[in-house]
Amino acid sequence: MNGLVGHGALLVSLPFLALGILLMPAAVRRGKQDWVAVAYGSVYANFLLVSAAVIAMIVALVTHDFSVSYVAQVGSRATPLFYTVISLWGALEGSILFWAWVLALYSILVVSTNRDRPGTLVPYAAMVLLLVSLFFAILLVGPANPFHVVFPVPPDGPGPNPLLQNHILMGVHPPLLYLGYVGMSVPFAFAVGALLSGEAESNDWIRLTRNWTVLTWGLLSAAIIAGMWWSYEVLGWGGYWAWDPVENASFLPWLTATAFLHSAMVQERRSMLRLWNINLVVGTFVLTILGTFLTRSGIISSVHAFTTGTIGYYFLGFIALVLVSTLVLVAGTSDKLRTTGHLDSAASRETVFLLNNLFLTGFMLTVLVGTLFPLVAEAVRGVKVSVGTPFFNRMSLPMIVALLFLMGVGPALPWKSASRAELRARLLPPISGAVVLLVVALVIGVHNFYGVLAFTFVGYSATANLREFWIGTRARRLAHGEAWPTAFVRLVLGNRRRHGGYIAHLGIFLVALGITASSSLRTESEATLTPGQTITVSGHTLRLKQVWGREEQQRSVVGATMEELDGSGRVTGTMEPHMNFYPLSQQPVPTPDVHSGPLGDLYLNLMAVKPDGSNATIKAIYEPLVPWIWFGGGVIVFGAVIGAWPGRRRVVAVASAPLVARPAKDNAA
Amino acid sequence: MRALLRTAALLLFVSVGAYGQVASPAESAATVIRVAAPRDSVLEARTSAVASQLRCPVCQGLSIQDSPSELAQSMRAVVRDQLASGKSPDEVNAYFVSKYGEWILLAPRPRGFNLIAYLLPVLVVLSGGIGIFVAVRRWTRGTTEIPAE
Amino acid sequence: MNWRRSAIAAAFAVPLIGLFVFGLRHDPKDIPSPLPGTVAPTFALEVFAPGQPPLGRPVGDTIRLADLKGQVVVLNFWASWCLSCRDEHATLSAIALTYAGKQVHFVGSLYQDRTDAGTEWIAQMGGQSYPSVQDPKARTAIDYGLYGVPETFIVNRDGRIARKITGPVEANVVTHIVDSLLAVPASTATGGVK
Repeated sequence: MNGLVGHGALLVSLPFLALGILLMPAAVRRGKQDWVAVAYGSVYANFLLVSAAVIAMIVALVTHDFSVSYVAQVGSRATPLFYTVISLWGALEGSILFWAWVLALYSILVVSTNRDRPGTLVPYAAMVLLLVSLFFAILLVGPANPFHVVFPVPPDGPGPNPLLQNHILMGVHPPLLYLGYVGMSVPFAFAVGALLSGEAESNDWIRLTRNWTVLTWGLLSAAIIAGMWWSYEVLGWGGYWAWDPVENASFLPWLTATAFLHSAMVQERRSMLRLWNINLVVGTFVLTILGTFLTRSGIISSVHAFTTGTIGYYFLGFIALVLVSTLVLVAGTSDKLRTTGHLDSAASRETVFLLNNLFLTGFMLTVLVGTLFPLVAEAVRGVKVSVGTPFFNRMSLPMIVALLFLMGVGPALPWKSASRAELRARLLPPISGAVVLLVVALVIGVHNFYGVLAFTFVGYSATANLREFWIGTRARRLAHGEAWPTAFVRLVLGNRRRHGGYIAHLGIFLVALGITASSSLRTESEATLTPGQTITVSGHTLRLKQVWGREEQQRSVVGATMEELDGSGRVTGTMEPHMNFYPLSQQPVPTPDVHSGPLGDLYLNLMAVKPDGSNATIKAIYEPLVPWIWFGGGVIVFGAVIGAWPGRRRVVAVASAPLVARPAKDNAA
Repeated sequence: MRALLRTAALLLFVSVGAYGQVASPAESAATVIRVAAPRDSVLEARTSAVASQLRCPVCQGLSIQDSPSELAQSMRAVVRDQLASGKSPDEVNAYFVSKYGEWILLAPRPRGFNLIAYLLPVLVVLSGGIGIFVAVRRWTRGTTEIPAE
Repeated sequence: MNWRRSAIAAAFAVPLIGLFVFGLRHDPKDIPSPLPGTVAPTFALEVFAPGQPPLGRPVGDTIRLADLKGQVVVLNFWASWCLSCRDEHATLSAIALTYAGKQVHFVGSLYQDRTDAGTEWIAQMGGQSYPSVQDPKARTAIDYGLYGVPETFIVNRDGRIARKITGPVEANVVTHIVDSLLAVPASTATGGVK
């Protein structure tokens, strides 16, 4: 029943989508507003149908309906309810269904908030969204069908991948990722819509999607940080980023989206970089699809790689279609988009944003080249090579520190131009912050070149950003006589985008410090202990109390209880790293225990246990400042939310092309 | 205006210089592990440096330094023994390449075709930087020099 | 609409798509080994599972690759925790018996496992016709560039690795290779059959 409802709903969505896609250009060309409304209707219909499919799937999962193929693949009666529900996105087909639903949701939000705008931009944007939805619908009724009928119905299933049942962040990271990823379809749809409707020279498409892009960017940032946190807490090696292709897949669109956030401002103010922005937005969308393709098709080996199969060819076909059609469209209409404006001065925020874009794009290309290079090398040389952490770190660190520095220069410089005295007054004071953090770095023991540089630049830039808050608040106090807190809040709310951006910058600085400190200052030690023996790392002593085992609903657990001892030998806490054994998996899943403090984490991993329980091998790692990464992530999201918060509605003259494109051909309705 | 362009150019050159920095494997931002256990810490540090460059065959992209798997630990022991017996890091790498192929190195050897992976991003950033320089020049033509006050 | 420029731009997509088509047709997990054709790494390992007559060797004996020069050697890495090893176990034992008395030696090497677990596994599987040795610290496994188990190496009479088989072996493949290697006398063999 569930399978029937789900599959049926998705099948029915196909003609609705096709109707909307075919109807829209006809409606636009003939100026028929009611046809446009019908086409919008198919957006709503699609949402209802995909929602029905999702509900059917969730019901099937929760009721353990193993006649549905996806449930038979990832479901199990032993799995707790929380993990059962979130296994919706745990494997390939379910995750595609979830993607389709988020896209449908975004589509109705876009249509409902923008449909009253006169002109052809919104109709074409909706059409593009429908086209993307159509692709996913085809996948869902074809190669990625989660609703196949399984007969005879098995009594039970294998349950989700053990790694996906180990931590509640599994319920957080994928939805955030999809919300962010799929969200990039919206600026893309508007950019293409702008090209199709001839409105690409105006800044409307950016204006309309501005808040949307900031919020989506914030969600994607949160998703990446959540993914890092999940990896850190679950995988047991004490790291949070391995430059795995799937991690890179989420990072690539984030880089171009960040670049776009900045260059969009240049376009809005100076009407420049219009072609560049279109390319950035299209590139971001292509990267989201590319990322999905890389990890879903099995083309590159990755932690997230799902099964290989025909689905790779479908994705490739879609990528080819999107790439070729957008290249054709952009290249064909780019004549009108040449920059006609001019800059007042090179010493301006505009220039800094150009450099920001340069390094972010360079960073993106580095990661892209590194991710694809094994494939290229095999195609050209026939030899398999690896491209891993040493390559990525070495190639990207210069750009990262350059960006850290620019993040301090940008906020300090005004738009348009600055006199030499102004430059001095704005760019010199943060140097004090740089010196402070330089000293701090050297004192705490960061001695490698890039670590010291990172600290120094963060010091500079954080001071510059904070100074902006201080200067602005002080100015408000002088002008309005407000108290400090009131002035501060009013300042932020008065220009949410700018101050949200500064807050996000501060979040990035926290993340940068966390990453730098934990890579440079990490200490670890490993020992095999019998009960009563201790292991020490970075001043922390832990004693093995006992080795134990227990049965849980869906797994067996073997663990070690470790007691934390203070200087005088008193027990200050306990930690329990353990290993989870799942019935259908050969290898146990190690689950480290992490004790977080404001300055660092004590990280324990159980490496091995003697079968009779007489000893346990423990790896103890001290990771300085890692909690700053997660906290910084929260600050980034907070900044994005503030930046995206809608302000007072401004009445702007809309550069609208009339719905009637060619009056001469207008037939009577 | 000039000052900022100079700074930008400086930044670019510093970046290029940073790429060309011939850092020893331990310095090139691989995780520097300082082991607290009472083993020969110099040997441990050298082992970690070499191990961070070698890929764990049974993991997804982790180095044998980071991987908790048994094979990785056994390989680390091989690295340690070879270094202790006087082999150089290059010789240790060559040993593993002879057994597992080039794939075992976590960064492709910077020679021949592999250089494309290293040079392409640098070239792009450089040419982009030059492009920005030229464009900003063109876009600010006709405006007056910034006043010195 | 500048179609010429569009066509040029679209052409840029072609190599990228071509690359991905290439990628879809190749398995990233299939890593070719550099060992076939090279001299088989030497080993001297202690027997822990004696096998059965007529191929048996006593527990505690040392099997050295150097001693086996001039013969064809089939070296199979396995473990009790390896599910695929179960698929090939009976095949290997049976093939080994068919070559008894000929100049072929089958050796099993235990990988990342405890010998008592290995012995128990052999008993569960109904015995193993040839002896198995233990490889503490996986030195020999690493010497053979092992990625996992099961992996089987077939060494020719000149001591060079003729073939590496990843995954459970198939009987006809092994017998075909061994037969062709047996047919070549030791001194005139010129390298391995890949």
